[in-house]
Amino acid sequence: MDVEILSRIQFAFTIAFHYIYPPLSIGLGLILVIMEGMYLRTGNRIYEQMTRFWIRIFALIFGIGVATGIIMEFEFGTNWATYSRYVGDIFGSALAAEGIFAFALESGFLGVLIFGWNRVGPKVHFFSALMVLLGSMFSAVWIVVANSWQQTPAGFHIVGEGMNARAEITDFWAMVFNPSSVDRLLHVWIGAFLAGAFLVLSVNAWYIRKKKFLEIAKPSFKIALAVAAVCSLAQLFMGHRSADGVAKNQPAKLAAFEGHYDSSARADMFLMGWVNQQTKEVTGVRIPGGLSFLIYGNSNTPVKGLDAFRVEDRPRQVNAIFQFYHLMVAIGMLLIGLSLYACWLWWKGKLFNKDWLMLVFAWSVLLPQVANQVGWFSAEMGRQPWVVYGLLRTSDALSKNVSANQVVFSLVLFTVVYITLLVLFLYLLNKKIKHGPVDYSKKEHIDEGSKRDNPMMDHIDENAPAGRKQAAGENPLPDLS
Amino acid sequence: METFLGLDYNVWWFLVFGAVISGYAILDGFDLGAGALHLFLKKEESRRIALNAIGPVWDGNEVWLVIGGGALFAGFPVAYAAIFSAFYVPFFIFLIGIIWRAVAIEFRSKEPGKTWRLVWDVVYSFASVVIALSLGLMLGNVAFGLPLNDQMEFHGNWLSFFNPFSIMVSITTLALFMMHGAIFLAMKTENRLYAKLTILAKNFTIFFLLSFVITTLYTLLYIPHLSDRVRSGPGFFIFPVIMMLAIANIPRMLKKRKFGLAFVSSSVTIASLLIMVAIEVFPYLLYSPVNISHSITIENAAASPKTMKILLVIALIGTPLVGLYTGFVFWTFKGKVKLDEMSY
Repeated sequence: MDVEILSRIQFAFTIAFHYIYPPLSIGLGLILVIMEGMYLRTGNRIYEQMTRFWIRIFALIFGIGVATGIIMEFEFGTNWATYSRYVGDIFGSALAAEGIFAFALESGFLGVLIFGWNRVGPKVHFFSALMVLLGSMFSAVWIVVANSWQQTPAGFHIVGEGMNARAEITDFWAMVFNPSSVDRLLHVWIGAFLAGAFLVLSVNAWYIRKKKFLEIAKPSFKIALAVAAVCSLAQLFMGHRSADGVAKNQPAKLAAFEGHYDSSARADMFLMGWVNQQTKEVTGVRIPGGLSFLIYGNSNTPVKGLDAFRVEDRPRQVNAIFQFYHLMVAIGMLLIGLSLYACWLWWKGKLFNKDWLMLVFAWSVLLPQVANQVGWFSAEMGRQPWVVYGLLRTSDALSKNVSANQVVFSLVLFTVVYITLLVLFLYLLNKKIKHGPVDYSKKEHIDEGSKRDNPMMDHIDENAPAGRKQAAGENPLPDLS
Repeated sequence: METFLGLDYNVWWFLVFGAVISGYAILDGFDLGAGALHLFLKKEESRRIALNAIGPVWDGNEVWLVIGGGALFAGFPVAYAAIFSAFYVPFFIFLIGIIWRAVAIEFRSKEPGKTWRLVWDVVYSFASVVIALSLGLMLGNVAFGLPLNDQMEFHGNWLSFFNPFSIMVSITTLALFMMHGAIFLAMKTENRLYAKLTILAKNFTIFFLLSFVITTLYTLLYIPHLSDRVRSGPGFFIFPVIMMLAIANIPRMLKKRKFGLAFVSSSVTIASLLIMVAIEVFPYLLYSPVNISHSITIENAAASPKTMKILLVIALIGTPLVGLYTGFVFWTFKGKVKLDEMSY
């Protein structure tokens, strides 16, 4: 394999692995703020316990997110040197702003969030949770701005020619608010909220099925359900706005989403299907003229198809893009159906009666994760063969001095490390979940000097008091219901 | 050339970048050092106290690396592209070290088993050593220069990174961090662990002094161009003087058991060492000894003046903010470490 494909595989693999964690941090951050806010308002210890439980999970997720995120910042330089020179003037300022405004904010207050339960008062602690959420959301702002600029470049001019060409900023705000950044940012934020909400739903649905920690599990489930219902509906709207933007700014990508080749024909919309790239035909369940209608409000208007672009200027993996895009949309619809149905049962007072529904929710954590991943796959693969849309080709963006052997070395290294990391992460996550949001107020012993109970009580050592050993042992405390 | 307070933007950004790197070396330096000496602490409780001393801050310290990377990418994209593609192999080893270290700190406390904890202790310590050594190795090579082609990309074999000078800088960096980390831990501990750390701090100071003297002698004898500028006039001579005074002050403060002041001195040592490197390499970001015209300077690597201006505004707004919350976190966790239920 050549350096280009190896470098693309490595970038895709490292960013996909990284992107498991930041959406969870953002989504859990929001839920933590709501939970701790409820605790501050009501003083009810149930809310305190759920807050502390989710801080423990948050810490685990955040740690891996940071470690895998540092890689991303430097991978542009290591594997994509030409790209780095080309976009540095623009991309760099967004990354620098991310580091200084967002990352420093969240990492600083994270220490207080995790370790500060006894050191600061409840209000300062709540403030820290809020800052961690804001920091992680700001991070998304700058990263999405940088990526959106690659999709829809604006506020720049090209200086130099050939190998020495590069984009330079002419208008900072036009660069930040390029045609796609706001829509895509909201799309990403909501996707992240859904990832967090469905993690909380899943864990609590599991507790409810096992009849464990019901006192805490039921209200936690309801908080997350409210977030999920609002966000899944909002995502329908934002997803549509994003697709509208793609239709306007990146017609080749939109055509690939629906496997639409013929520019003189109306465009159908598919519920599912299969693109035959040789015959340029799609087999599947279609809404005739659906795409034309969504874009132009008229189901007979022709839509620019892939045929309008030269072969070397359009994405090659049309079927893969088609599948990823449709999987994302399907999951989005499923999430709406699932959360609205649960809300209806909630309104009827029968939310927790159906065991099968809790089973579905227990597995539902995977849905937003998959949707986030395949959504990015379709956005990034749909942009090909360009790394900066219409300006710089992916094949021209590489580091010229890096050999295939070096990339194989780092790719193997990452594969081994990340698989180990994922296994360890799931092992510890599972353990924490099984351990549950134990009611520490019932423990026999509270260390002197602690103003409140603690969120990080995971270790067990020889000298631990009896109550604590039991709390941290294999069997969770009897349920509290 | 647009200027601000008499210096042009590129020079300003060189200073900002240097300050961020110094901040990173001072802050992450002590927790990397604490990691490197971790296995010298034998008892489970000692290791936990040492981990919890850096617990709330190590993550924030690492942010400075991210800011530094962003600052280089934004201000000097050509240098960013050249440096990281050149250091492909050592830099990925460094990054893998960063991952394992973070994971070891997070995971160690999550299981009670002796083997589990020992494995993570070893990973943590080993990763800290690897990170310090690879940072030093890359610094040594940047200071010495790398062969570049006319595209300003590295043109050579990565095995050449392991030259005597860079290896010496590498070991000196490790020694410096271990001294710095031991002093920090001594500041945060009590009783028998404190007593042990005072001895470790003294030993690592000797280790640092030895490797520093050897590296300096080697530099003066074999790489004279790395001390040209300091010797060129009395103006720059003040920095080696400050550095010498700071270094001399460390054993003095250790003897007096004033670890706060010793920590300040070792921080000043780190900063002045980096300032010396910066003075010598300026205006080169990456010097090409084979073909000097291919060298990367703050002029030919710089982003456009417009971007430089934006970056300076970002830095002007951002720096006080970062200082504010860094200060808040350090203040919240000030004083000696006491293990409680929240600890690692």
